[in-house]
Amino acid sequence: MIDAELATQAVQSALDSGARDAECTLAEGEEFSARVRMRALETVTDAGSRAAGLRVLVGRNVGCSYTSDLSSEGIRKLVASALEIAAISSEDPHAGLPEPSELGSLTTDLALYSDDINTIDASRRIEQALETEEAALSADPRITNSNGASFDAVNGERVFANSRGFVGSYRVSTCALSTSPVAREGDSMERDYWFSYARSHAKLESPAAIGRRAAERTLRRLGARKVPTQKVPVVFDPMTARTLLGNIFEAVEGEAIYRNASFLAGKAGQRVASENVTIIDDGTIPGLFGTSPFDDEGVPTRRTVVIDRGVLRSYLLNSYTARKLGLRTTGNAARAITGNASIGHGNLFLEKGERSPEEIVKSVRRGLYVTELIGTGVNIVTGDYSRGAAGLWIENGEFAYPVSEITIASNLRQMLMDIESAGSDLEFRGSVAAPTLLIREMTVSGQ
Amino acid sequence: MPLSASFFGQKFGLTEHDLQSYLSEALSAGGDYADLYFEYLATSSLSIDESIVKSAVQGVSLGIGVRVISGDRTGYAYSDDLSPEKIRKAARVAACIAKGPSKVGKTGFDEAGKRNLYPVLTAPNETSLIERVELVKRADTAARAYDARVFQVQASYVDSLRQVLVATSDGVLSFDRQPLARLGVSVLAREPNGDPQRGSSGGGGRVSLDFFQNEKTPEHFAREAARQAIVQLDAVPAPAGEMTVVLGPGWPGILLHEAVGHGLEADFNRKKVSAFSDRIGQQVASPLCTVVDDGTIRDRRGSLNVDDEGVPTQQNVLIEKGVLRGYLFDKLSSRLLRAGTTGNGRRESYQHIPMPRMTNTFMPSGDSDPADIIRSTPRGLYCANFGGGQVDITSGNFVFSASESYLIEDGRITRPVRGATLIGNGPEALKYVSMVGNDLKLDEGVGICGKEGQNVPVGVGIPTLKIDRMTVGGTAG
Repeated sequence: MIDAELATQAVQSALDSGARDAECTLAEGEEFSARVRMRALETVTDAGSRAAGLRVLVGRNVGCSYTSDLSSEGIRKLVASALEIAAISSEDPHAGLPEPSELGSLTTDLALYSDDINTIDASRRIEQALETEEAALSADPRITNSNGASFDAVNGERVFANSRGFVGSYRVSTCALSTSPVAREGDSMERDYWFSYARSHAKLESPAAIGRRAAERTLRRLGARKVPTQKVPVVFDPMTARTLLGNIFEAVEGEAIYRNASFLAGKAGQRVASENVTIIDDGTIPGLFGTSPFDDEGVPTRRTVVIDRGVLRSYLLNSYTARKLGLRTTGNAARAITGNASIGHGNLFLEKGERSPEEIVKSVRRGLYVTELIGTGVNIVTGDYSRGAAGLWIENGEFAYPVSEITIASNLRQMLMDIESAGSDLEFRGSVAAPTLLIREMTVSGQ
Repeated sequence: MPLSASFFGQKFGLTEHDLQSYLSEALSAGGDYADLYFEYLATSSLSIDESIVKSAVQGVSLGIGVRVISGDRTGYAYSDDLSPEKIRKAARVAACIAKGPSKVGKTGFDEAGKRNLYPVLTAPNETSLIERVELVKRADTAARAYDARVFQVQASYVDSLRQVLVATSDGVLSFDRQPLARLGVSVLAREPNGDPQRGSSGGGGRVSLDFFQNEKTPEHFAREAARQAIVQLDAVPAPAGEMTVVLGPGWPGILLHEAVGHGLEADFNRKKVSAFSDRIGQQVASPLCTVVDDGTIRDRRGSLNVDDEGVPTQQNVLIEKGVLRGYLFDKLSSRLLRAGTTGNGRRESYQHIPMPRMTNTFMPSGDSDPADIIRSTPRGLYCANFGGGQVDITSGNFVFSASESYLIEDGRITRPVRGATLIGNGPEALKYVSMVGNDLKLDEGVGICGKEGQNVPVGVGIPTLKIDRMTVGGTAG
């Protein structure tokens, strides 16, 4: 447990040293990770660390600092360091903390922490990783190798205090089980993975289910081929669809908007997607991974409709970008301890539709079902989209054969308009989630 | 340098006796090997946006990682508190991995690696903030002056000074002081009423501030970023399908990093999960291709005097005239494969376990005149700059995304095209290299490589390279 006093003391010390306003974040984390490979224990990591981050305002000048030294000497240096930075930054008319009326914390139980993870001892954790890998290895003789399986657990606490009277803290826990098998058939060697992620150990899926799913996902890639270059409908599975939501987040966060560095800048109130698309950011849903009682500026989290049936309704903002744009903060401030104030999302998701994923695939005469995307080929400024892909080829509504070493390309503006259906299979496996999505047409580049 | 004169000796009063006792504690439950990694890291990051230095961050972190290896098992623990009780506790936690008698007998330490590849007297992190903030202000002014169509400029400057001490149970003691700095500029330009386009540029290395004041100035990076954004204003959609691709010299060397570098890291090959596993001695590239990973190039971003396991870095030939020659090793993989060390055991911080990683990966110059390479290409794509890349080690499929490229028509570079991702297969792609330029260039010093959640600075480089067949992921037919 960290002493919240430490944060208020740092804030007070900054004020005493001449700051007009200040805010301090303390973070403490303990991590445990056990990795097994080929039925034997490979690595165990067990450790913890703490850090403090400070932001000060001297007039309209901002300075930030961080330290891993939480001794009183460490905190003294932290304050001096932030003030030193403020002395060389420029006056920024929009700099400041949220208004006192905007500060606050959700008071309902958000189910972010569960003690049950701590009741599972190391040997049981290792055993579960072994069982997960075993389920994948024994699923099929073509699974000949493995990148291993892991059990990971994290306990953390975050404290935040500012000079406008806010003090808050919350604890979080997560645990995860994952495995990545390798399959071989002839010259073809492929890997894939599967995982379960939860805030309490009781909610983790069973090792057997995770291992089997990982094996299925790996086996279906064997014998992948390239296809000729062509324009076809593309179905994104939920794991690849959620990367599109990640792209949309980058396009609606306030910094990209005020800089005009997003293809969605200036589009509020306009139709930017097909009417099948409703995108929501909600940091208040109990037990989920993007949930917290307040954001990293001490503003309560909330539910924000970003896109409502195709119409862009709201950007995601912290107090700074809100002031820049003449809007109100949406409670999306984020700050990594070692970084600058920025913007993050809560639980960002695309609302599910009516059709099952099977029905969506069945509706495609000829096209691509994408299960993996690699690379960085997304330009948020222009919306240009070009990424490496692997998946399954669809012929007459059925999976015909695996494909790889291809790219898919279009422009995000067009892709949003081209979303013909959203599946009924929305599931949270992280703080960003999407159901199966069908996009009317993209360029598949291969042979 | 005696331990008492080192950073950790001076600042924390560490003695050889302390190190010896922590290592003994780490091996108290048995095990083959243990090491201690002490790290003190000071960083600063300054940025300008809308011509305002809106904020900046500086900070310090300190910690120790303790590792115990027993067979192919690793126990790891770390602490951000260097008190003897906390270090002993971490050592005992790491020791839980081991069973049976300790197989280590060595006492006393020999110091590794006494050369200095980055003899920077005053690290950028140790200079005044006023001097450093001037760099981003100059970049902002220069980018805006380049062309009236430039309407947004962001420039960022980040530096760090890392002090490292490694002590191992096989008697190695190494110290290193690792300065690192990078300046980056990102520019948006647009025609009146037109859509914005981005250009970006950056560079640095293990250099002093003088590098940015006299060699690669803020103006150099600013003009380059602005130039790229302006070029993009006239870009047409990129082509789609297989075609001849010519890569320009320098940063496009990210091809080597993705196509072969990662696949040759020994952990993947020890586990036989790489597309390059068991292929030493085989032809995996055209005979024109030699690929080297070299951690010893002076001042470079990817260079290290000693790696993060206390092993001196060296030049390692990965591919020689198209034939696969070697892998990149950390201590664990070299121990398990009974191979020599290559100085490639790296980690992001004291909170991370070392892994085999690249340093500076490049292809030496060939014989061709770059102009002849373009002239010999009737139709294709010329790629001058790239964003990032990624690889699937197991299938060998890799991508890298072009941010500045042009059509080649009738042996001439013609129109600029919009960004597109290129995709290929590692053990196959370099077989189609048909010409290698005589113009090797290393990148300007921006590379960050991510692997299993750990980021480390790296460098890349190539001469102009002609690849007869590669899939380009544009949208135009």
